[in-house]
Amino acid sequence: MLVHSRGARWAVWAVFALLFLPLFALPLLVVLGASFATHWSGALPSGPTTANYRTVVRGEALHALTTSLLTAVAASVLALTVGTWAALAAAALGRGRRRVLDALFVLPVAVPSVVVGLSVLVAFSRPPLLLNGTRWIVILAHTVLVTAFAYQSVSAALARLDPAYEQAAASLGAGPAYVLWRVRLPLLLPSLTAAAGLCFALSMGELSATMMLYPPDWTPLPVLIYAATDRGALFTGSAVAVVLMAATLLVLFAVSRARTRASYR
Amino acid sequence: MSIRFDSVTVAYDGNVVLDALDLTVAPGEVMALLGPSGSGKTTALRAVAGFVRPASGRVLLGERDVTDLPPHRRGIGMVVQQYALFPHLRVEDNVAFGLKARKTPKAEIRRRVAEALEMTGMAAYARRHPRELSGGQQQRVAIARALAIRPAVLLLDEPLSALDARLRSGMLAELARLHRELPEVSILYVTHDQMEALTLADRIAVMDKARLQACGTPQELYRAPANAFTASFVGNANLLPVTVPARGAVLGDAELTLDTAGAAAGARATLCVRPHLVGLGEGPNRLTGTVREIQWRGATHRLYVDVAGHTVRADLPELREAPAHGERITVHFAPEDAVLLAAGVSGDEH
Repeated sequence: MLVHSRGARWAVWAVFALLFLPLFALPLLVVLGASFATHWSGALPSGPTTANYRTVVRGEALHALTTSLLTAVAASVLALTVGTWAALAAAALGRGRRRVLDALFVLPVAVPSVVVGLSVLVAFSRPPLLLNGTRWIVILAHTVLVTAFAYQSVSAALARLDPAYEQAAASLGAGPAYVLWRVRLPLLLPSLTAAAGLCFALSMGELSATMMLYPPDWTPLPVLIYAATDRGALFTGSAVAVVLMAATLLVLFAVSRARTRASYR
Repeated sequence: MSIRFDSVTVAYDGNVVLDALDLTVAPGEVMALLGPSGSGKTTALRAVAGFVRPASGRVLLGERDVTDLPPHRRGIGMVVQQYALFPHLRVEDNVAFGLKARKTPKAEIRRRVAEALEMTGMAAYARRHPRELSGGQQQRVAIARALAIRPAVLLLDEPLSALDARLRSGMLAELARLHRELPEVSILYVTHDQMEALTLADRIAVMDKARLQACGTPQELYRAPANAFTASFVGNANLLPVTVPARGAVLGDAELTLDTAGAAAGARATLCVRPHLVGLGEGPNRLTGTVREIQWRGATHRLYVDVAGHTVRADLPELREAPAHGERITVHFAPEDAVLLAAGVSGDEH
């Protein structure tokens, strides 16, 4: 333990609570409070109601929730596949070419996501690749944005993977494909699920690139929240935000359960 | 199956880590590759396994040139220092891994897994995961896994170095027993521990600085080492610079009687004598000096005696009255216990 004395430990906890609560927890609590309110003029929200949620589970918002979930699942699966594949390929490259690949995959994160949205829009607005106006352009943009994270976490896990496992497998007569399926991927599974959770959460909350791309029949939840607050419906917006938060946390929780079962050491 | 290194050279970025190794392991033979770290012994083993590619030279298994074959086509059993058991598979699936990869029929897999686990005494642990096993047990599973594919060649890379001293001597006896049960398997055993090599090997190849220094049976290397490095690394011999007049040898002002055949008269040479063959008191080939250090090691006393500016180590059966620090004493050795080597630097003192 880094901090030994009892008093010092209390002090550290106090500083942590002071910094953490207002910065991280309180804003979320405010949204939760607002989602049950009709007015908020004093220190606390007033006029408790569940009407906001009744709007949410009907029509538009429910459709947006499915849209968000489908987009996030599709983007995570695609990103994980592409990212893992690229990371495996990069691991087999020499240092120089791996750097190039690393830089390429970090590009969508380094560039503001509005720019990514715009470039996807410009690139896919003309035949032969006319995706503008379809749901695929949203999924594509999300995939581009989150693949970087999948690639990075799988790369990091691969670098930590002891080559002795692959070599032991090879010496036992397993060809490269067999080693990949029976040894490397199973050993990478904890990192793969972690990456999947991260990709999913990022995609669920993506707004700036989505704003430039979404067609009317494919409106993800963040866009709906933005639209609601923009037209002044702050409390409905809060209720939608709570639904978004809950859905994301629920999926992440399920993924982390799967992950603890998948880790061996 | 025999293993043959035909002038195998391995280099990384222009650094030669294995220099033109010529060595043949006979079918059924246990060959130890003995040397300090960085001597090229592990590189030689990895060249057989197929994990390093020789810059030149060939590796042959039996009559087959395997230099250009990938590791999984070589049919070699291998056990490495940290065992590398697959953490996500149970013991039985670890052992079955090689058989499944070769698409062996299921009934056959079951039979051979049971057999390999039986042989290594791990049958009771078949359903465990590797993390639930101790180091010694993991070691046995790693050996069972390598033996299940019935390899004609078994490569062992420092297999005992992760175990504590007591477990190590037990496993050493175990390995000797396994080899008696599988006499047709050739074993290449990489180690830095001379005791392991002396105990287990039919022949020892001593490596240093990327080169093969000597190769022979343990007795040959121990009694008549070919050079100073071998003498000091195997059995930790005293190496003393002497001059060789017409007959005998001279160290400081002591005249010694020994077989000087092969050494040119008047030449400088290195006298090699094992510490446990040095006796206390008067005798042939006397050396007189001061006791610099005395260590009690239970069954023996180790004396460091300064003789004419050189340190002579003597391992003596426990002494009733041990000489005191700084005392002047005389030690001796029999002429037939000494070997004269071409002049070289004296070895490290251990």
